[in-house]
Amino acid sequence: MTIQFNEETFRDDYSFYNSDWAIKRFPFPFHEDSYMYAVNMEQHRGGPEGSVYEKRFDVDEHYVSEMRDRAMVLADDPLRCQSLPHMTLAGWDLLELIMVSKSEDYPDLFELHRDGDTWRWVNKPLGIDDTFTFLDETTLPYGPMEYITRQAQGDFCVLDQRDEMLWMDAGMVTTQADWSLDFDIGMNFFEWHAPVPLAHEMGIFKRALKFLLNIQQGAPARRLNWTMTVNPLLDTSPENYHKWGIQKTTLTPENIGSKQHLRVELQTFFRLPRSNALVFPIRCYLCSFQDLMTMPKWGRRLHRVVRDLPVELATYKGFIDNRPMMLDYLSQFDDGLPTSPGVFPEFDTEPPLTKSS
Amino acid sequence: MSAAPQKAKPGAEQIDVTVSAVVPLNDLVTRFEFTRTDGQPFPPFSGGAHTVVTMNDDGRTRLNPYSLMSDPADTSTYAISVRRDDAGRGGSLFMHTRVKAGDQMTITYPVNLFSLDLRARKHVFFAGGIGITPFMSMIAQLERSNGNWELHYSVRTETLGTYVDELRYKFPNKVHVYYDDQSQSIPLEDLLDGQPLGTNAYVCGPKGMIDWVHATASAAGWPDAQVHSEEFTAPQPGKPFEVRLCKSDKTIQVGENESLLEALEREGVNAPFLCRGGACGQCETDVVAFEGEFIHRDHWLEPEQKAGEKIMPCVSRFIGPSLEIDR
Repeated sequence: MTIQFNEETFRDDYSFYNSDWAIKRFPFPFHEDSYMYAVNMEQHRGGPEGSVYEKRFDVDEHYVSEMRDRAMVLADDPLRCQSLPHMTLAGWDLLELIMVSKSEDYPDLFELHRDGDTWRWVNKPLGIDDTFTFLDETTLPYGPMEYITRQAQGDFCVLDQRDEMLWMDAGMVTTQADWSLDFDIGMNFFEWHAPVPLAHEMGIFKRALKFLLNIQQGAPARRLNWTMTVNPLLDTSPENYHKWGIQKTTLTPENIGSKQHLRVELQTFFRLPRSNALVFPIRCYLCSFQDLMTMPKWGRRLHRVVRDLPVELATYKGFIDNRPMMLDYLSQFDDGLPTSPGVFPEFDTEPPLTKSS
Repeated sequence: MSAAPQKAKPGAEQIDVTVSAVVPLNDLVTRFEFTRTDGQPFPPFSGGAHTVVTMNDDGRTRLNPYSLMSDPADTSTYAISVRRDDAGRGGSLFMHTRVKAGDQMTITYPVNLFSLDLRARKHVFFAGGIGITPFMSMIAQLERSNGNWELHYSVRTETLGTYVDELRYKFPNKVHVYYDDQSQSIPLEDLLDGQPLGTNAYVCGPKGMIDWVHATASAAGWPDAQVHSEEFTAPQPGKPFEVRLCKSDKTIQVGENESLLEALEREGVNAPFLCRGGACGQCETDVVAFEGEFIHRDHWLEPEQKAGEKIMPCVSRFIGPSLEIDR
């Protein structure tokens, strides 16, 4: 299928939108009517056709606009992309992984032609046709990690593995849920997760670290995470909190359906072959409440999840103040009927809403 | 999330290979070279990685880990070098006596539990005997990136100096060889003294050598994180014992020449694994009840876990009337 790329913005006039196709395949993160942390890992070996889980690196209608937004963030703040000196080899690993995956998974959009170390990369949506020498940085306009992640949706953390520990030693981070690469660079797994409430006490991070240290070549893994964002902002960084934090106070009962977005991260994990580093792509998907409510199952379930979420989590995820207004809105879409298990919308089988708002 | 839940498989991903060459190097060591049966290139790997080779020994499945010692950037071939262990449980003997060019085998994707610290300004390698193998791929990797390294290699005799000639020929100024039968030994204290700041040391060889390097480096003030070692504990034979598997609702016997992990696999009870040498932690198993004594041989469990909380079935054994584990 050929993707029609949206002409849209993630700032100023916020012209971002999801087509019906994008809504239907939105990675709704709740498989039941409540939510608590879990080491919810599974293998990343494809998924249902057309879903965001199908390809190694999902490309969707937002691709071109997201890459434009990334370039703007980097122009304002080059420290969103950093790679400590020992991580260059991992950057080449990542470049290879993305180029090989995208050219195999989307042959109509991307091409990779390899002749020994001479590689030609064609990215049709972005109008790029570059020839370079693999493992020779001087033949690319940026370092290998920056070069390829300016052409790949989602943030990328490249983690070095040493001493039974993971280290945040490189990354491209412009679409993050309120954390800073510049602050976390060089930290270990426990240090950069220190701000997360409850999960440490539950032993989540110890177990997650053991799992991640053992992710092997050829056996990538994935999980989902989520938060809430007012306005379709990709760049909700601490660096720019003064710009976007205030926007959380602009919600009203009239505009909440279009302004409030559920923000879902599809997090994947790949062992990088040459460097033995681990890459952790964090792909952000946004969907407005009103678009989510077009799926009766998601309407019922989102209300129940937001209503029953522990205060610590609602606070950490930054929507405790707006929760009452969210619940007023969401309760209109919850008629109390049971929901089917699993994350998919089941639009054809789930009963329509039996409540009129 | 459960977008497409899949049960985790034990072990790493597998690759079907054809034995392309069997090259005897000396009385004890033989190199085995593989190509991919499907004609595709192998995945690249990082220096120090190993693969687990599946051997079909007359219906009995043996799974042995070996360091990949070919050039990690050469995706046309993988190679391992196997030292014949006449007193071992038979895996290396099978490789030496039964495997021939043209044979079909199965190996796992590379797994690295002994990788280079790429921050190091210099890498100093200490190898003892067959412990040379992971350094062969590390050296190839560093040569491609102009890495700064030196090798100190201790062998028994000139005729048992696996890869000595090749290494000396290619890197005459970086390779230093010490012969036991000529009473030569690695001048470890001198070598550890005076290395530039940011040097990392790596040791692979017999347990005594590994302990010696760690202790000497520690006494000389080296940070532990800059001294790396790889010691795969080969599963040792031992007295047979009986195990109750509570999840599978089975009672099984572990024979003298098999590990608990192998006995589980024989009974169709799959436990996860990667290294099969007590180092990676994948096969960690909860002990439900026991009466008797554990013989822990892993490098993974904490001392308090060894008191009856956990066991690593790949290398550890048990002596006593009853053991029940969570498998």
